[in-house]
Order: sequence, then C-alpha cells, then structure tokens
Amino acid sequence: MLGSYRAELLKLRKRGAVWVLFAAGLVLSLIFGYLLPYLGYATGEENQQTSGIPRSEVLRGLLPERVMDNTIGGYPVFAGALALVLGAIVVGGEYTWGTLKTILSQRPGRGTVLVGQLLGLLTMIALWVVGMFAACALCSIGIAAVENGSMNWPGPLDLLTGFAGGWLVLSVWCLAGAVLAVAFRNVALPIGLGVVWILGVEALFAGVVTSLLPDLEFLADAMPGANAGALVFAVTGMTATDAPPGVRDAVSGDRALWTLLAYAAVFVVLALVTTRRRDIA
Amino acid sequence: MTKTVEPLVRVTGLTKRYGDTLAVDGVDLMVRPGEVYGFLGPNGAGKTTTLRILTGLISPTSGTVRVLGGSPGQAQVLARTGSMIESPAFYPYLSGLDNLRLLAEYAGVARAKIDEVLELVDLADRAKDRFSTYSLGMKQRLGVAAALLKDPELVILDEPTNGLDPAGMRDMRRLIRELGSGGRTVLLSSHLLGEVQQICDRVGIISAGRMVAEHDVEELRNEQELVIRARPLESAHSVLRRVLGGDAVRLYDDTLRATVGPNRAAEVNRLLVEAGIAVSELRSTERALEDVFFELTTEEKAHAG
Ligand SMILES: Nc1ncnc2c1ncn2[C@@H]1O[C@H](COP(=O)(O)OP(=O)(O)O)[C@@H](O)[C@H]1O
Ligand SMILES: [Mg+2]
Repeated sequence: MLGSYRAELLKLRKRGAVWVLFAAGLVLSLIFGYLLPYLGYATGEENQQTSGIPRSEVLRGLLPERVMDNTIGGYPVFAGALALVLGAIVVGGEYTWGTLKTILSQRPGRGTVLVGQLLGLLTMIALWVVGMFAACALCSIGIAAVENGSMNWPGPLDLLTGFAGGWLVLSVWCLAGAVLAVAFRNVALPIGLGVVWILGVEALFAGVVTSLLPDLEFLADAMPGANAGALVFAVTGMTATDAPPGVRDAVSGDRALWTLLAYAAVFVVLALVTTRRRDIA
Repeated sequence: MTKTVEPLVRVTGLTKRYGDTLAVDGVDLMVRPGEVYGFLGPNGAGKTTTLRILTGLISPTSGTVRVLGGSPGQAQVLARTGSMIESPAFYPYLSGLDNLRLLAEYAGVARAKIDEVLELVDLADRAKDRFSTYSLGMKQRLGVAAALLKDPELVILDEPTNGLDPAGMRDMRRLIRELGSGGRTVLLSSHLLGEVQQICDRVGIISAGRMVAEHDVEELRNEQELVIRARPLESAHSVLRRVLGGDAVRLYDDTLRATVGPNRAAEVNRLLVEAGIAVSELRSTERALEDVFFELTTEEKAHAG
C-alpha cells in the first residue's frame, strides 16, 4: 500500500497539469477573494463583489479575521470543478495512456493500486487547501498592514474546521471526477459531464425546485453541490449576504457533513468494485 | 533431461468470448521452465488475449490457467512475472527513469535494480529524457526493462519486435536470446516465423483462436525437402509423382520440391536420369517454417469450416 501511495505521489508531483489546476484555483480565489473586493474598496466604486455591502464591511472581509471565508468560499463550485478535473485526469489518464495495465502487472492488487491512487489525490487536495490558505493569509496580512486593519486571526479550532471542511468539499468533487473516469475509462467525457453538473445543472435544478417544484426540495437538498455549499457556509459562519455563489444554508452543517461523507464513501466503493471486476485492455 | 518438470504455465481449454467473437477458443498451452516459448500466429489470432489472461488483466470466459503454481493476477505470481502486453504503456510526461522508479515502488523492488535493467536494454544514456520523446524502439526497450525489473522467473513479451526497424529487431532478438540463456523462462508472441525460428526452443501455433500445433522448433525445422531443377520439368514432375506419391512433390515456377530426406537424393537422381531427364541441380534444404505454418493453419481452417 505504501509503495502504491508513494508511486502515486511521484506521478502527481511531476505532472504539470496538477500544478496548472492548482495555480488556476489559487488565482481565481485571490482575484475574487481579494483583488476585486479590494479594488472596490479602494476606489469606492461598486462592483459585483461589493455591491450593496457597506465599505467598512468590505474591508473587514479582507482582513485576517475572515481569511477562511476567502480560502474556501469558492470550493463548492469553482475550486470544486478544478478538483473534479484533477480526479478525472489522474484516474482517466491511466486508461487513455494504457498505463493501468503496466502498473497492474506489478505486484500489488487492483484494490491496493486504486486506494493508493485515491490517497495520493486526497493528499494533493490537502496541499491545495494549505497552499490557498497561505496565499490568502499573505493577502490579508498585506491589506491589514496597508489599511491599518486589525490583525486578529480566527481561533485554531475555527481554522481546523475550515481546513477540514474545505478539504472534504474538494475531496468529494475530486472523487466524483475519479469515479466518472473509472466509469468511462476516459478523461474528456468525465470532465465535460462533471463540470456541466457543478457549474450548471445543480444551480439550475435548485432554482427550478425553489420556484416551481417545492415538493422536490428534498432531492435538491441531497445533491453534492448543495451539501458542499452548506458545509462551507456552516464552517465559515458567513452571512447570506456576503456568501459567494453556491454557498448557502440549504441544509444544516451536520447534515451536510454526513451527506458528503456518504458521497465520498459511495464514490470510493463504486470505483473499487468496478476496477476490480473489469477487463483491463 | 527427460524427467518431467512441472510446467511454469499450464493452460487448458482456455476460451475468451467478446460478444459474438471467440477471441480464444479452447487453447491448450504449456511452457516449461527455462525454455523460450514462441507463441506464433497471424494478427487477430488471439495471442494478446491469451497473454492478457495469463497476466490477470482480463478474466477468461472458461478454461483453467495456472501460472507459476498459482492463478494469474495473484500477488505472489505477479511478483515473479515480468510482462509487456501489446504496446509499451508508460507515463508520457515522466522520464524513462522516473517511469521505472515508480514501477519499482509498485513492485517493491530496490532502486539499484533500475540502473541494471536500463543498462541491459541499452537505454542508460537516454534514461532522463521524457518517455514521449522516445522512438518506438526505445519505448519497446523500456517496456522490456520494466518487465525485467522484478528479476522475474517468467518473462512474457507480446510481439516485442513489432514496428521496429531491422537493426532494432536484431537487437531485441539478441536481448531475448540472452534472457532465455540466463535460466529465465520466456513466453514470446510473434507473427513472424523467422523470428520464432531464430529465438525459440518451442513453438505453439495459434490461428483464429485455436492452437493448431505445439512443437520443438528443431523438430519443425528438421523436416527436409529436395529442391530439383531439371529439363523438361513437367516430365520430371510426373516421374517423381509416380514414384514418391502425388502429395510429396510440388511444382514451382522452375523447380520441383519433394518432401523426402537427403538420404534419397541419389535415388531421385538415378530415376530422373534413367527417364532421360537432364538434372541441373539437386540439393536438400530445410523446409521453411512458412510452408509448415501455412499448411497447418489452412488445414485447421478446412477442419473448422
Ligand atoms: N476487447 C475486445 N473486444 C472485442 N473483441 C476483441 C477485444 N480484444 C480482442 N478482440 C478480438 O479478438 C481477436 C483476437 O485478438 P488478439 O488477441 O488481439 O489477437 P493477436 O494478438 O493475435 O493479434 C480479434 O478478432 C480481436 O478483434
Ligand atoms: Mg496482439
């Protein structure tokens, strides 16, 4: 198991696409979390990020106190889509390159190889979360220094729940990408379907349910995206007014946590069962 | 020499069905320790499918398969088997060296082994280049290096010379012969008769999913025939047909070929001369494996159809 895990880390570490995805997530969260709101604050003009929010509140949102909000606020949708792409390219690549047969001809069994691979992915996701946090923290320190804002940080427990919640949200999307890649033995199709789901289908469905089909709310509340948003909402303690897209209290934090864990478990089991049974060409 | 040894690979009644196609149809196959076994057949005959089953990548529809005393795909069997199935598949963005490093992690093999196999396949000086920049021959050699990483008792190579230029083929064949002489058992598939004839000790011939023959290569090779040039050729043909039988004599453009050993050359010469025929050449050759193969596979088709 350790060998498979180490092998996977080597593959991930040396793969450019993994770092491109990370960089994309980082840049997105810095632009939407700090750059645009700060420009709005500094110029006094309103933009999408700051409309309707008092100027002092805009600044407060940029200070170290709220660093977790900015780190994981984009996870349910945007960073989530990138994590899904990560899962899909890593697992799907084994099929499109035919490398799965090469590694399955080594010693470990199929289950061990796949578990090593998934653990590698979850490790990479943890690195993403820590890396984005570090970048956000630096930005908030800089802004606090320039604007003479307070240097209060969230308590250690808040930070920890923030990390854990953010990591779980990205992990579920990453595993979704992985299981789709196993199902289709491919890279492009899982990415297409997954991204359309995250960026379009869920929001559309939630909207239709709220306005037209209130009876189906239980279904909308069971979707992975809705629960991801609810978990981030709960662990950051945001208010509905300054929550980014996809972050809302659709369900309670506890329920979101258990639902996401259930999704993760189902994705892992499906990927394992399929990989163990099938013919590898 | 004649004591019975437990075969390393024993396949009986192996069948693999894909929808309506029977890719492998009741194959029996046996590979003995220390031999280089050639698995010979035209494209689409079912070689790759059989080898995939032996390495545990796909499961058979029916039949029994024992490899190294276990079932295909078991950890202790995989640990003693090295294989390259179909084309060599590696991570294109990694160097050859890194590809082997991560396979060594998977296989639980010491790093020191990597340099050794790279040296063996003559890839040491390009090991740090990306796999995607390798020529087909280099990719193929890296595949063989990967197969040897575990220092395996059994090496399974699926058409390792496919797509190589003549020099690459020659090097690859030399390498495989070296492997075979080192006490390893090699199971090699090929669609080239000459190749099997050069490298292998025994050959199993597969056609349209069925084994048509399993022989020592020597045994096949030792089938002799006489090549005869004479004038008039037609008269020579009829004389020899009468004496040796219709099946034993075949007429080509400007030669006759008779399936008889060299011990009867003098007799054939006398018969022709007595019939007033001028014999300009009479020599004994080994029958080309091509002919044997063609005969065997067409016979099989006739039986099947
Ligand atoms: N995954 C598959 N699905 C359907 N047919 C297959 C599959 N793999 C192989 N076949 C068919 O099985 C037959 C044997 O193929 P293969 O074992 O690759 O032959 P060889 O390696 O001797 O060229 C071919 O007719 C091929 O088309
Ligand atoms: Mg083949």
